[in-house]
Amino acid sequence: MTGPISRVVLVTGGSRGIGRATAELLAGRGHKVAVNYVSNATAAADAVAAIDAAGGTAIAVQGDVGEEAAVERIVDEVQDQLGQIEILVNNAGITRDDLIMRMKPEAWDDVLQTNLRSVYLCSRAVMRSMLRARWGRIISVSSVAGVYGNAGQANYSAAKAGIIGFTKGLAKEVGSRGITVNAVAPGFIATDMTAALGEDTTSAAVERITLGRLGTAREVATAVGYLASDDASYITGQTVVVDGGLAL
Amino acid sequence: MERSEIEAKLVDLLVDELGLERDDITMEARFEEDLDVDSLGVVELLMALEDNFDVKIPDEEAEKITTVGEAAELVSQKLDG
Repeated sequence: MTGPISRVVLVTGGSRGIGRATAELLAGRGHKVAVNYVSNATAAADAVAAIDAAGGTAIAVQGDVGEEAAVERIVDEVQDQLGQIEILVNNAGITRDDLIMRMKPEAWDDVLQTNLRSVYLCSRAVMRSMLRARWGRIISVSSVAGVYGNAGQANYSAAKAGIIGFTKGLAKEVGSRGITVNAVAPGFIATDMTAALGEDTTSAAVERITLGRLGTAREVATAVGYLASDDASYITGQTVVVDGGLAL
Repeated sequence: MERSEIEAKLVDLLVDELGLERDDITMEARFEEDLDVDSLGVVELLMALEDNFDVKIPDEEAEKITTVGEAAELVSQKLDG
């Protein structure tokens, strides 16, 4: 009997929230994890230190995944330090909420670039090595906003819905090569992003959640971890909704 | 490298990497129509060519390849260039 295979993982936006929980979970399973971050070096160092302390292997890699040159550099750095990327978790995301009447084109473009363009750029950058290996896992973090829509988040909802379409298209393109492509769509999860919503919005949301509480980042990470595992070998093109029954 | 050597190595790659039948492969054979290699398969072949012949094949040139002979010709050009 052999132990689980140690694979190389890149988690974009891995220094905080769902990204960090995913990085920690996958490192805990013996994978080597690259934690990408764009601006918060302290948080990234913190995430790497936590993984180290738990006996795992992780590195921090700075770079804006919405930019092509940065993505190429990030992938090269990970490859040099850890090896070819076998599991990609597209998690990096931002919000620039506004009513559509007031939404500036920059707020639209920023959200689409960081949340959707990054998914395309990173998936493209790891594809060569995944094709060669005839094995790969791409898991992107969408959102219930992309499934049902959120008022005041037309840009975010569009980007997150875009991830779901991208996931289906790419899944069909590379399925014959042993590469699966899936998404998770978290609902209201207790992270910095939802903390910014304020208490009124949060308690109104909780009333609509079947399980009666916000989710934790780890509860999303476990779904990502499942899709990244060999156990999920027959699942592709899917979006797993992790929302505590918000939609019921 | 001799052209015949390039062609022989190319045929080996097509058999090993794409699982084609050696007997089906001629220099005139078209990848998609005759050999049933899909567009992603052609991309994979070009990646294998780059690795095995240590050449760089730009996407613009790669897109024009339709037959086995054209792939051999491109590799030959790259090795000479």
